[in-house]
Amino acid sequence: MVNPVRNKKLEETSGRNNQETISNGVKFEIHDLNIWFGPAQVIKHVNMEIRSNEILSVIGPANSGKTTFLRALNRLNELNTNYRITGAIELEREDIRGIKVEELRRKIGMVFALPLPLPLSIFDNVAYGIRMHGERGKKKLEEKVEETLRQAYLWEEVKDRLSESAFKLSGGQQQRLCIARTLAVRPEVVLFDEPCSGLDPISTAKVEDAMVKFKEKFTIVLVTNNVKQAARVGDKTAFFLNGELVELDKTDRIFTAPQDKRTDGYVRGKFG
Amino acid sequence: MRKLKEFIIEKLILICGLASIFFVVLIFLFLLKEGLAVFSTVSPFKFLFGKNWYPISDPPQLGILPLILGSLLVTLGAAIISIPIGVGCAVYIAEVAPANLKEILKAGIELLAAIPSVVLGFIGMVTLVPFVKTFFHLPTGLTALSGSIMLAFMAMPTIVSIAEDALYSVPKTYKEGAFALGATHWQTIHRVMLPAASRGIVAAIMLGIGRVIGETMAVMMITGNAAVMPNSIFAPVRTLTATIAAEMGEAVVGSEHYFALFAIGIVLFIISFAINVTADLFLHKRQ
Repeated sequence: MVNPVRNKKLEETSGRNNQETISNGVKFEIHDLNIWFGPAQVIKHVNMEIRSNEILSVIGPANSGKTTFLRALNRLNELNTNYRITGAIELEREDIRGIKVEELRRKIGMVFALPLPLPLSIFDNVAYGIRMHGERGKKKLEEKVEETLRQAYLWEEVKDRLSESAFKLSGGQQQRLCIARTLAVRPEVVLFDEPCSGLDPISTAKVEDAMVKFKEKFTIVLVTNNVKQAARVGDKTAFFLNGELVELDKTDRIFTAPQDKRTDGYVRGKFG
Repeated sequence: MRKLKEFIIEKLILICGLASIFFVVLIFLFLLKEGLAVFSTVSPFKFLFGKNWYPISDPPQLGILPLILGSLLVTLGAAIISIPIGVGCAVYIAEVAPANLKEILKAGIELLAAIPSVVLGFIGMVTLVPFVKTFFHLPTGLTALSGSIMLAFMAMPTIVSIAEDALYSVPKTYKEGAFALGATHWQTIHRVMLPAASRGIVAAIMLGIGRVIGETMAVMMITGNAAVMPNSIFAPVRTLTATIAAEMGEAVVGSEHYFALFAIGIVLFIISFAINVTADLFLHKRQ
């Protein structure tokens, strides 16, 4: 299924990563996580670890709970009133319910499926988070905005039109702007919720490049419907089905020798 | 047969559509014809900036500056009171209030809108006017301030319900985006929700002010109706609308007084029109 060149690359990546993993600390520890929306249980008894400076891809068919799982990590689910959660999510051994929610969300940035620039200029979109966390100096602000836009591979395309409305950018540019906005507050973890679902292949490649680069600095959790994307960028891959974590392993193992039949079926495209 | 039916219906709708424009044009022409006649005896400058309104003295003095100032004073006061309270109320209802309280508040606001203005004016006359009189130690409570407070109540339902709609229709994703960046609830409201809803909020404010400028009955009852130059917000004033309403009945048709009242109508029309155009310009600039 997976093409040989890609596969080889994967082995190289994960090979390099094997050594890193030893020194990598555990970022998230999740113990017996259960989540309900009203009467429906959408996450069932999930236990896992997410390590620093890794890309964890989360795959699974629709309604498998992967987005809910992701939004549990930065407590964004709590905007729903009928939401209930048991079990524990620990960020560096600290229960996330004990962390002030604004502080938690600053540490854990999120990029959404649809690019959603704020109704502000390009500059202000990036500066928004920086300002919010206390930076006021104009010069400092400009430096930081440029630096972050470069990180998101967007600077060259927008440097002459920073004061234009963010809505004038193309979809791919908007998504990279949202990534820049997220990076601007210096998070430790970045959650990507199907970040490329609305993008063309070239924009997708740019976003993926950026993600692979980011993991030097951040921990990344990527929810994706695109199994090939998981194979391309993920160090590890988790397969969710009906709210259960079926399997979590190194990406190449998930795609070449999965332990569970259901995982095998899904990555081979037999369902989902 | 079918074709004929289509044809008739189409033309009927066309007539309905044109009718509204036709009537507006007709009203405007009539207003102009009657109103401009006054300028044969008094210059437009003297009319607008004359400080004395003695329409039935001989010769009549037709300066409407006190009336314009009266209207502006009352409107400004009402705007200063109703805009912050109204927008704040809208934010509370749209963003903060728990679901059941939200329903109660919305029902309350709608009830406020349903009170006829004359009833509101009457209540103001027997409660608000004495209160203003004793609270500020004034010779009379029939002042511009009383009118402003009363009119603020009338503008509020318009401002609240339209601004609340505008806030409600801001996509939920904006809010999530801001929250995901670690914004607090208040930061989200004032840096994302309010700018995103600004068009609707400005429209709400303009409509509220439009209602205040056009209001006649309640202001006539509680502003004291003294057509003199107002020297403060604690003085009795008379508005443009109240003047027309109070004097049209006794003005002799075809007299200078009669034409002057129509000219006041033109001034009102221009003010309302200017408010709408400003709102429009502002709204389109934002986008």
